[in-house]
Amino acid sequence: MGRTIGKRLLQLIPVLLGLTLLVYALMDLAPGDPAAKRLQAQGVAVSEETLDAAREEMGLNRPFLVRYGDWLLGVLHGDLGTSYRDGLPVAAKLWKGLKNTLVLTLASLALSVAVSVPLGVYTAVRQNRAGDYVIRFLSFVGASMPNFLISVLLMYFFCIRVKIFPVIAKSSVQGLFLPALALAVPLMSRFVRQIRAEVLEELSKPYVAGARARGVKERYVLYKNVLHNTLSAVITIVGLSVGGLLGGSVVVETIFSWRGIGKLAMDSITARDYPVIQGFVLWMAVIFVAINLATDLAYRALDPRVDGLEGGR
Amino acid sequence: MMKGRPAARAAVKRRVWVFLILAILLVALAVAAPALAPNDPNRTNSDFMKIAPCAQFPLGTDKLGRCVLSRVLMGARTSIFSSLCVVAASFAFGTVLGVLCGWYGGALDELVMRAVDILLAFPQMVLAIAVAGVLGGSLLNAMIAMGITGWTLYARLARSAVLTLKNEPFIAAEKLSGCGTPRLLCRHVLPNIFGPLLVNAATQIGTMMIGIAGLSFLGIGVTPPQAEWGSMINEARAYIQLAPWTVLAPGGAMLITVMIFNYLGDSVRDLMDVSGQSHE
Repeated sequence: MGRTIGKRLLQLIPVLLGLTLLVYALMDLAPGDPAAKRLQAQGVAVSEETLDAAREEMGLNRPFLVRYGDWLLGVLHGDLGTSYRDGLPVAAKLWKGLKNTLVLTLASLALSVAVSVPLGVYTAVRQNRAGDYVIRFLSFVGASMPNFLISVLLMYFFCIRVKIFPVIAKSSVQGLFLPALALAVPLMSRFVRQIRAEVLEELSKPYVAGARARGVKERYVLYKNVLHNTLSAVITIVGLSVGGLLGGSVVVETIFSWRGIGKLAMDSITARDYPVIQGFVLWMAVIFVAINLATDLAYRALDPRVDGLEGGR
Repeated sequence: MMKGRPAARAAVKRRVWVFLILAILLVALAVAAPALAPNDPNRTNSDFMKIAPCAQFPLGTDKLGRCVLSRVLMGARTSIFSSLCVVAASFAFGTVLGVLCGWYGGALDELVMRAVDILLAFPQMVLAIAVAGVLGGSLLNAMIAMGITGWTLYARLARSAVLTLKNEPFIAAEKLSGCGTPRLLCRHVLPNIFGPLLVNAATQIGTMMIGIAGLSFLGIGVTPPQAEWGSMINEARAYIQLAPWTVLAPGGAMLITVMIFNYLGDSVRDLMDVSGQSHE
């Protein structure tokens, strides 16, 4: 296990290097002169003189790779530059939003798992009965709905029609529910289908038939064996969904005015505040990579066969 | 589960046909949109603002007095064609690159696969939002933003399929009988790896549609006044309590379209499964 972790971390180095290069290149991708954009974002008149000074200050006269190296060195020290808009350090701004985003995404993940595991098991046990069909159809509808549509509809019904929730989410439990639900609907829809397939596969295995033949109670088989064995699959399913969750949080946070990192990113895109956008993409990618690694390792820890296979090769 | 059972196969085949026909109907509807639209989709009219559905405006009008039905129809064109274009381009680019990597290996393979690793290290929508946001709002930029990561799956699938195919005796036989590499790749390799790639493409259409609409919703997709479902929902959500049809019409159209394409993707995958062809 220790060797696997070391190997995985070594493999990550070139990926992280390429990833940072791409993030840094994003700024150069933008049409126009970065110095002029920074001046505009700060509300300074753009003239030949101020431009030259800004270029000098931002080090834009140096070659791309040198600037990238400098930036990367800063990133490794936790320095992501300063925002064009208010001159505050980007890292501090991101930290503030990250906490709210984590609360939102974890809440929606918890909600998704809490709803989809029982439903997934239920639909598998009642395969091809009415309940199975209804839940499967609903989960198909949910999986085909974009986050923004769910958010707008939830807002319409719960905030305007039935005034249960405030229109603008506050960082309270009440304000958290709707955005978390909006984020969770496509997620739990996908989970239900995947968990159903996993449980069905597990139920068709010989040991289940064996246990049933020996007269072990159906309930015991289901809860003690089947559920336990599908746990590693659930962890993989949850891990794989994190990418979509991070993307979806941008949309949901923007709609519900949830003061997370996604809303900060959208505000920065509108204001053309490139350092903040860069920092946002970098953090999201690093979180994504870390969670993928953790999912993989957890899967190996729960299912030692995977490790054995690798060793045998 | 029911591998190869003829009855199951026939049922899956029928399902593929049903959803293929529905999808083709949607595309036809999008093609015919300008002829079908009852009113000019971009014409504003201050006398008919936020009118409920009636004979002249079957799905009502929006804040600027534009006909919602006409805009939904024209929006179908934007949404369906842009996602089909991105999927087709990703499919072609990724497949060609993957086949070349698998066939020739070496430095090209190494380079492309590392690039794929790097691109897959980003959550797709996060990268798309950043790229579209930085490039500036336009439909083409949104399509580029979605396509940047879209091709990677095809490249991986095609590459691994070619790697296993390379050692098949019939490929060696074709080589010995003097078949040139381009002909070998086009006539013998491509048709044999097509199945899993097609499944991937079919399931990707719905995701692309949601992605592009999402970018437009955020204001970094189509430029107004072009009709597009995502941007229509964004414009209308501010006055949803006064004119709910302005959100429900494009939202319903979007949901039905994505569902049809998702069902199509699922049934194509099931067809490959019951046909005994493996996919990753």
